[in-house]
Amino acid sequence: MGNKQTIFTDEQLDAYQDCTFFTRKEILRLHSRYHELAPHLVPMDYTNEPDCKLPLALIVDMPELKENPFRNRIVESFSEDGMGNLSFNEFVDMFSVLSEMAPRELKAIYAFKIYDYNVDNYLCKEDLEKTLNKLTKEELTPEEVELVCEKAIEEADLDGDNKLSYADFENMITRAPDFLSTFHIRI
Amino acid sequence: MAHNVNFDLSHPRVEAGLESPADEEGVHDSFSQLIAEESQKEGPSDAIELQYQQRNPEDKDRDNVAYLSPSENRRWRIGSDKTGEEDKGRQTDSLLKDSWSSATLKILSSMPSRTIGRSRGAIISQYYNRTAELRRRTQRRASIKDFSRSARPSIRGYGVEVDTTDSAEKKQERLIQNLQNLSAVDRVRLLKEMPLNLSEKKSLRRLTLQMTKQTRSSSNLRCCSYLKFHIILALRHSWYNCLSFLHSLHLWQMPLKRVSGRFGSGVLSYFLFLKTLLFFNMFLFLVLGSFLVVPQAVYPPEQLENRKSFTGLELFTGGGYFANTLLYYGYYSNHTLHSCSKNNISSPPKPECDSKSLSYNMPLAYFFTIGLSFFVTCIILVYSMSKSFGQSFRIDKSNGMLAMKVFCSWDFKVIKRSSVRLLSENIRTQLKELLGEAHHRHIRSTISDKLVRLVMHGLGWILCIGATAGCVAVIYYFSDYMHKEQLKSSQNDSGDPELLKEASLLALPVLVSFINLMLPILFQFTAWMEKYNSPSLRTFVSLSRNLILKVSVLGVLCFHWLKRVAGSADNNKAFKCWESFVGQELYRFLIIDFIFTLLATLFGELLWRSFSDKVLKRNRRPGFDIAKNVLDLIYGQTLAWLGLLFAPLLPAVQILKLLLLFYIKMSSVMMNCQAPSRAYRVSQMTTIFITLLCFPSFLGASVCVTYTMWRLPSSESCGPFRGNKTMIQAGKQRIVELVKENPNLYFLAEAHTYLVENPLVLFVGATIFLIVIYFQSQVVDGQRKIIALLQEQIENEGEDKKFLITRLQSVHERKRTPARNLTSQVSLWNDRLV
Repeated sequence: MGNKQTIFTDEQLDAYQDCTFFTRKEILRLHSRYHELAPHLVPMDYTNEPDCKLPLALIVDMPELKENPFRNRIVESFSEDGMGNLSFNEFVDMFSVLSEMAPRELKAIYAFKIYDYNVDNYLCKEDLEKTLNKLTKEELTPEEVELVCEKAIEEADLDGDNKLSYADFENMITRAPDFLSTFHIRI
Repeated sequence: MAHNVNFDLSHPRVEAGLESPADEEGVHDSFSQLIAEESQKEGPSDAIELQYQQRNPEDKDRDNVAYLSPSENRRWRIGSDKTGEEDKGRQTDSLLKDSWSSATLKILSSMPSRTIGRSRGAIISQYYNRTAELRRRTQRRASIKDFSRSARPSIRGYGVEVDTTDSAEKKQERLIQNLQNLSAVDRVRLLKEMPLNLSEKKSLRRLTLQMTKQTRSSSNLRCCSYLKFHIILALRHSWYNCLSFLHSLHLWQMPLKRVSGRFGSGVLSYFLFLKTLLFFNMFLFLVLGSFLVVPQAVYPPEQLENRKSFTGLELFTGGGYFANTLLYYGYYSNHTLHSCSKNNISSPPKPECDSKSLSYNMPLAYFFTIGLSFFVTCIILVYSMSKSFGQSFRIDKSNGMLAMKVFCSWDFKVIKRSSVRLLSENIRTQLKELLGEAHHRHIRSTISDKLVRLVMHGLGWILCIGATAGCVAVIYYFSDYMHKEQLKSSQNDSGDPELLKEASLLALPVLVSFINLMLPILFQFTAWMEKYNSPSLRTFVSLSRNLILKVSVLGVLCFHWLKRVAGSADNNKAFKCWESFVGQELYRFLIIDFIFTLLATLFGELLWRSFSDKVLKRNRRPGFDIAKNVLDLIYGQTLAWLGLLFAPLLPAVQILKLLLLFYIKMSSVMMNCQAPSRAYRVSQMTTIFITLLCFPSFLGASVCVTYTMWRLPSSESCGPFRGNKTMIQAGKQRIVELVKENPNLYFLAEAHTYLVENPLVLFVGATIFLIVIYFQSQVVDGQRKIIALLQEQIENEGEDKKFLITRLQSVHERKRTPARNLTSQVSLWNDRLV
């Protein structure tokens, strides 16, 4: 903490500390992880906010994400352009939401975005089927998948439109005490 | 197209749908009634109309429903086409139709519920409302009478909705204004919780701070608020520094990450529990160390007995060289320590010392330090228990298991490929089980099956309880025997070598640890024989059996120490200083427990793994039994808490033990175990463990310590409370002496007499507690009712929404049809004319 670092200005670090759930040291460590992914692309000096984005393929290669079945969707939900190219701000944002201090509501919003494959703000049956296949690595039979999706929608859908809106999803999440501990990536 | 369609908006039929039910003839009790009435009036015609248009392919003027106003990356799902056969006049299902016009679609796509979390404007307006609410909450609570009566209960409670018409910049400005007026803590918290992306949050923060600086520089602050502002800033800055220092300690961050990456949250919770216990013990060590150990170490008492030489056995038995040291109760002096008279402590201090020297009243310090550390530990435990309970308690016990399994069961912490594979298998098995349960819920097992299962369970329980009772009896009689042996040998001063006598002290701890090791294996075997309906039932049963064993063992040991050992203090010189002896016993128990855990880990897990690899040739490694290991940790911590009064340095021993245990368990788990194959509900089990730490463990320890202080006469010749009275009486005497010395502290004595000794205070306090608990349970009941009501309301709103959408669509259709009618009529006339 005493050594002078030249990657960020103090003001930038304060801003990061106020807007994310990380401390200064963790932000610097995240920067070194980001830099590691593409040393020739990512500048070491961020004081003048360079515009540098890393493609999806590099980000999902991180050991924390490599084996996660939802890795592509995670990175896409945090990217501005929806294609998975993350700038450093978006990178920090992603790990901040997935850290253990993020509140349940914030995590629920992003979890909803992650599971919404066709990006229509509803979790329809196709979204559920894709989620289920990723979860079980396609080892369930199609009838079982169909049955699970139907029952899941039946259980969670409150306003009766046969798909899960964000309100339905949030209602279900509040009844799952394990959500906070499972929706968490350590970096 | 000979429908008698009336596109006149003032037509009573159309108006009936648009008017508010606040009018007398239109009042309804529920929305479904309203919808049923409407569908009776117009249902068939509307449905037929829409279906007809669906089937009319040459209607070229039909809107191109595929065209949408471009919105951010959204592909509109038109809906499935199974609606035709289902929709036999049920208007409420018409949301699934796929012939929405583009105007309807445009309106639908900008509904607030569809833009949550998506559009920046929606988030900003949502957070504007939230900040406004926070400000309102601090200012004045608006009563519900102030809001106008409106048709929908959900609109009540909102101000007039003007912000939907404001532009994005206006909304942002108002949000920034609101943020500025909040306190810094609230502002930072809201900023962190906003689901915007980071660059926008940073710009919001920058704008807020700019405006704050502007307004602050423009206003004239009084000097005291200016000072207050700077003090708060400085405090906040130091708090951040402190937090980042604590975080930078990163105690065991990499090992924990490796464990969670390979084994998931379940095994991680064991190591986190160990870390929590370590922090508890560090706190105890700091408090006791600074208030008791350090003063006594600086001013040591006279050595009455000559010190025995150091042999290696002391590390295990705690006696010998360690017997008369800071480690135990007997070393601490029972009078006030003065800084000037360092050498001759037993003689009264010289008069000229009194005014200049610092005095430290050792007995009082001992009494209050132990009391304070127990009190603070109690508060921390109850706080963490209630926080954990609050997170894992589900008020609404409805069945949402399948949906929850799909969305909440993937553990994002797992990194290793083989563990990920195991996790998917695990989830697949659970899903299949749940599906099977849903299917076969109606298959009932036969009576004989149930009877057999019941008999097996009964046998299992009888076996376990019998084994526990047997072992407890063995401990009782063996401890009695050892006690008598020690009495005899100290009286006779027989020719047995000292080392043998010391080593014989280890017999009881070894027996107890052996029982603690072997009996859980018996329980596991019993559980394997019985068949359980659900894995969680099996976990609970095994947990309760282990708990019963540990509680009975600790109970009989406490009886042995507090009744037998303390009771024989007068008769025998070996137990003259019985508190030190009990302290030594607890030290021995801690050490032997650690050694047995070490051996069990080494031999149990390592040998079992090589056995299963080489002999059985199975690919599966043993799993890590989380519940049993956590119970072992709780047992060790109970011993440490019990020994706090008798051996103030025991937390240091416990800290060393926990540190070593962490690394040993970590390496064993990584080498020998595999990821768990059964589901493990992390937050529920963590709550249970914290509750177990608080209730049987801490409560039992504090009851024993209170009993010791209150009832048992302290020994005559050693310790801070010598004089053959109970510790509390000795403490009171000290306070009286203190008050005599400084007369202006008389209020302490008064407070003590009226508050502490008065049973009425206790009675009133207990009654208040019970009343508070009763009220809270009523609040929880009320919240359950509110949740049920809210769910019903959500369903009603859903019906509402569907109704409005179909009405919108039908109104739009009616508007279009006259236009079409007009053009077709015009073309007909044209034809005629031509």
